[in-house]
Amino acid sequence: MKLNPKLKLNANQPPLPTRNGYGDALLELGKTNKNVYVLCADLTESTRADKFAKAYPNQFVEIGIAEQNLVTVASGLAHAGKIPFASSYAAFCPGRCWEQIRTTICYNNQNVKIIGAHAGVSVGPDGATHQMLEDIAIMRALPNMTVVVPLDYNQTSAATKAIAKHIGPAYMRFARDPTPQLTTPKTPFQIGKIQVLQDGSDLTIIGCGPILFQAIQAASILKNQHNISVAILNCHTIKPLDTRTIEAYAKKTKRIITIEEAQIAGGLGSAIAEHLSSTIPTHIYRLGIKDHYGESGEPSELLKKFKLTPQDIARECHKIFKTK
Amino acid sequence: MSHNLTIKELQIQADIIREDIITSLAVAKSGHSAGPLGMADIFTALYFQTLNINPKNPDDPTRDFFILSNGHICPVLYATLANRGFFPKKELLTLRKLNSRLQGHPHRTSIPGIETTSGPLGSGLSQASGIALAHQRDNKPNKVYCVVGDGEQNEGNHWEAVMFAAKYKLSNLIAITDRNYIQIDGPTEQVMPLGDLEKKYQAFNWNTITIDGNNMQQIIATFNQAKQNKDKPLMIIAKTIPGKGVSFMENDYRWHGSPPGGLKTERSPEKDKQQSIAIAELHAKEISERGNWYKTHNHLHPIHNAKKSSSKKK
Ligand SMILES: Cc1ncc(C[n+]2csc(CCOP(=O)(O)OP(=O)(O)O)c2C)c(N)n1
Ligand SMILES: [Mg+2]
Repeated sequence: MKLNPKLKLNANQPPLPTRNGYGDALLELGKTNKNVYVLCADLTESTRADKFAKAYPNQFVEIGIAEQNLVTVASGLAHAGKIPFASSYAAFCPGRCWEQIRTTICYNNQNVKIIGAHAGVSVGPDGATHQMLEDIAIMRALPNMTVVVPLDYNQTSAATKAIAKHIGPAYMRFARDPTPQLTTPKTPFQIGKIQVLQDGSDLTIIGCGPILFQAIQAASILKNQHNISVAILNCHTIKPLDTRTIEAYAKKTKRIITIEEAQIAGGLGSAIAEHLSSTIPTHIYRLGIKDHYGESGEPSELLKKFKLTPQDIARECHKIFKTK
Repeated sequence: MSHNLTIKELQIQADIIREDIITSLAVAKSGHSAGPLGMADIFTALYFQTLNINPKNPDDPTRDFFILSNGHICPVLYATLANRGFFPKKELLTLRKLNSRLQGHPHRTSIPGIETTSGPLGSGLSQASGIALAHQRDNKPNKVYCVVGDGEQNEGNHWEAVMFAAKYKLSNLIAITDRNYIQIDGPTEQVMPLGDLEKKYQAFNWNTITIDGNNMQQIIATFNQAKQNKDKPLMIIAKTIPGKGVSFMENDYRWHGSPPGGLKTERSPEKDKQQSIAIAELHAKEISERGNWYKTHNHLHPIHNAKKSSSKKK
C-alpha cells in the first residue's frame, strides 16, 4: 500500500478528524441510497451527521438522549429494509446499550451500523466518562459483529461506504481530534484486509486508528537511532481478523508490538494474541491503556501521560527487540 | 447548618458564583456555560441555606446527600463548593486541565463533596433513590437532593427511577429538574418533546412544585417547604434561563457546550471580548438591582480578581 505522498513525518499537513470522513461519506451515500438512514441521540453535530440531517431530513431520525432506544429503533428500521447508522459517542453507544445491540442487532443479525465517536483518551478535556476505551473489547465479543477502526479521514470515508455495502451488523469507532492524513481518497479499503503501511524485517507493529501515525514516527526513530527495521500493519478491521497477514508477519519478524488507543484487555492486541497463541506462538507486547481510566487534559498531554508518544513506542520496541 | 443569609446576600453569592463559572470556563477554553449559569441560584440556595453539609467534614454520615445527575453542569457545582469552602477557590482555574481534581465531568473520588461520578446522563436519580431507600429503611433523617437536566429526561433510565421512587414512597428524595428547554441539538420540545412535566410526575405518583428557578425568594421558600415533604418523592420543576446573567448567552441552546470565547453568534461580542463583557454585565446587574455591592463583592473574592492581581505581579 502506498502512503499519502504528501505526508511528511513531523510536518503539519492539514489534519482532519476521522469523524468528518463519516459525515462526508454519509452525504454521498444518502443521495444514491434512499435506504441509508442516520439516527442520532442529541449529538448530531459532534458525530458529523448534521450535513446528512439537513440534506435528507426524511432519512434522518433524531432520537433524543436515549441510546437504548437509538439502537433498538435502528434494529426495527433494519428489519423493515433500511440501512440505519446509529450514531452517538462510543461511551454511550455501544457503552450504554450493549445488551440491546447483542440481542436485537447481533443475535437477530440485523443490518445495523453502530457508530461510536469520541473514543480514546485523546478526546481530551471532557475526561474519563467520555473517553471510551472498552468498546473494541465489548464489540468484538459479539457473534455476527464486524468491528472497524479507521486510520484517518479518508479511510473513515471509505470504511463508511464499505460497511454500508456490507450486509450485517457493524461497529465503527472514531477519534475526536484532527489527525494526520496517511491515506489518499484513492487508497483502497477492504473490510478484513490488513494494509501494510511499511515493510520491515526486525519487528512488526500492528495497530488500528490514528495512533498508527505515532507508530510510523516511532519506526523512523528506530531506523535512525538503532538501525531496526520495523514493519507497520494497519489492522483497521479487528473482526474479522486478517489472520493470514498476521501469521505471515509473525513468521517473518518473530516479534510483534500491538498498539491501540483502547484498553489492552480485550482489544486489538488481545485479538492478535489469542489467535497467535494457538497458531504461531509469538513474543507479543501490547501497547494501549493498561487497566486505567482516562482523565481531563489536552490530547497531546494525555498521549504523553499514557505513554503513547513516538518516543514511548520506540522505547518499548527497542526493549522487545533486545530481549530476544 | 444553614448560614442564615438574607435573600439579598444569597443573590450576591449566586452572582459571584456566576462570575467564577465564567472565569473558570474561559481559562479552561472548553466546557458548558448555559446550564451552569442558569442553575447558579439553585446551587447557591442548596449549599448556602438548605443542605445540611459541613465543608470541614464532607463525609459526615448525618449530612444531606446531593447528587448531580447532569454532570456536564459541574462548573456550577465546582464554583459553589469552592465558594462554600470545600476546596481553595484558586483551584477553579485548573478546570479540565491535566492532573486537576476538577475533571471535565465530576469524579467521585477526585474532590471532597462530590457524592458520585456523572456525565453520562440519566442515571443520577436511580443512585439518589438507592441512597434514599437505604436511609428510609435505616430510619435516618438525612434527605437526598438530586438535580437532573430536562433533556436528560429523554433517557429511559431516568423514568425507571421515577417509577421506583414512587413505589417505595421515597419522601426523603427531593429532585430538581433544570427546566431550561434546551439540550445539545436544539430546544427540548423539538429534539424530543417532554411536554407537561408536572402532569407526567403527578401521573407517576410524585409530589410536584413548579417554580421560577432564578427567583431566590421562591427557591428558598420552596426548599423550606420541601423539608416537610410527605408520602411521595418530590419533583421541583425549576424553570430557569439557560445562560442566565450573560445577555448574549441567554436562551440560546448553542451555548450548551461552549465556554465564553468559544463561539461567535449573531448576538455575541467578538470571542476575545466575551469573558470581560460577561463579567461586566454581571457587575452592572449587581449595581442596578442591589445598589452598593462593591464591599460584599470583594469580601467574597471572585477569582477573576485573584487572577488579575497575580498576573499583575508577573
Ligand atoms: C448517556 C449520554 N448521552 C449523551 C450525552 C451527551 N450530552 C451531554 S449534555 C447533553 C444534553 C443534555 O441536555 P440537558 O439535560 O437539557 O442539559 P442542558 O443542555 O440544559 O445543560 C447530551 C446529549 C451524555 N453526556 N450522556
Ligand atoms: Mg436543558
